[in-house]
Amino acid sequence: MSLSKAAINVGDSHSAVVVDNLTRTQIVQYAGASGDYNPLHTDEIYATKVAGFPTVFAHGMLTMGLTARLVTDWVGDGRLLSLGSRFERQVWPGDTLTATATVDAIEDGDGGPVVQLSIQTVNQSGDRVLSGTASARIDP
Amino acid sequence: MADQTFPVEAGHIMLFARSVGDPNPIYADAAYAAGTETEGIIAPPTFVQASAQFNPDYFLRPKIGQPWFGSGREPTGLVRPAPTAGGESASGGARAGVGLHAEQHYEYHRAVRPGDVLTPTTAPGKTWERTGRSGLLQFSESVTEYRDPNGELVVTARSVGVMTSAPPAAAKDGEGAAQ
Repeated sequence: MSLSKAAINVGDSHSAVVVDNLTRTQIVQYAGASGDYNPLHTDEIYATKVAGFPTVFAHGMLTMGLTARLVTDWVGDGRLLSLGSRFERQVWPGDTLTATATVDAIEDGDGGPVVQLSIQTVNQSGDRVLSGTASARIDP
Repeated sequence: MADQTFPVEAGHIMLFARSVGDPNPIYADAAYAAGTETEGIIAPPTFVQASAQFNPDYFLRPKIGQPWFGSGREPTGLVRPAPTAGGESASGGARAGVGLHAEQHYEYHRAVRPGDVLTPTTAPGKTWERTGRSGLLQFSESVTEYRDPNGELVVTARSVGVMTSAPPAAAKDGEGAAQ
């Protein structure tokens, strides 16, 4: 199921909780899958005693991966043309993140219509942790 | 400079999708995926980041027989800790400014699929500076092209790293947040 041009208007948005109560174990899982074993993300002793943080925190790329699900669930599988993120705040164990994609423009490309989205992800306090953009091929 | 090739494997895609909390069967169920528009399993949008697994020199992976900056008997295994975040640069010490991951952008030229063997080639991009709340921020871009064996571009990845002039814990919110 892919998004169709007829179903959306500029300004429409789609929102979902992409992680509820982020666990340290999920951060470990991401470290293992991605290959980024930076102990800041997985090693409480290193993160607190050496780096001076209150605890470990998520990889920015985990936040981007969590957020990407919101986009692909909306536009459809294999439809993304681009995805970009700026990491604005750290994401901590226990955080609940809500991602929102908003239609900025609908364009007619050579291969059919393309939707331009802006994206933001906020934590349970409403603070933005990620902002970005995406574009995707959609159905007429 | 061409890095080691990146063989894309179905099991790796499944593990990666789990790690980003995405239960979509397009990433794990070959029979389901075969009946969809993509006609097979594809990789999630941020999957090419995991090409680090195949880079023999990737500095955020412990190397067998070598000291590691994470904790063991002591809080860190190094006298002078390695950079603590970002995956961008192996230079600089942790306590006096650090390389952080500021932005990541992907352009998709086609879907990444199990069986692909991608060759990542990374080139430096623009550099710029800005003064932020925690002092001077030095940004640098790198662009990685992932190509298939025919030389066709599959994914273009643009990463922006930032070197802060303050220790990482001092730059914990907003710009320059360690990632």
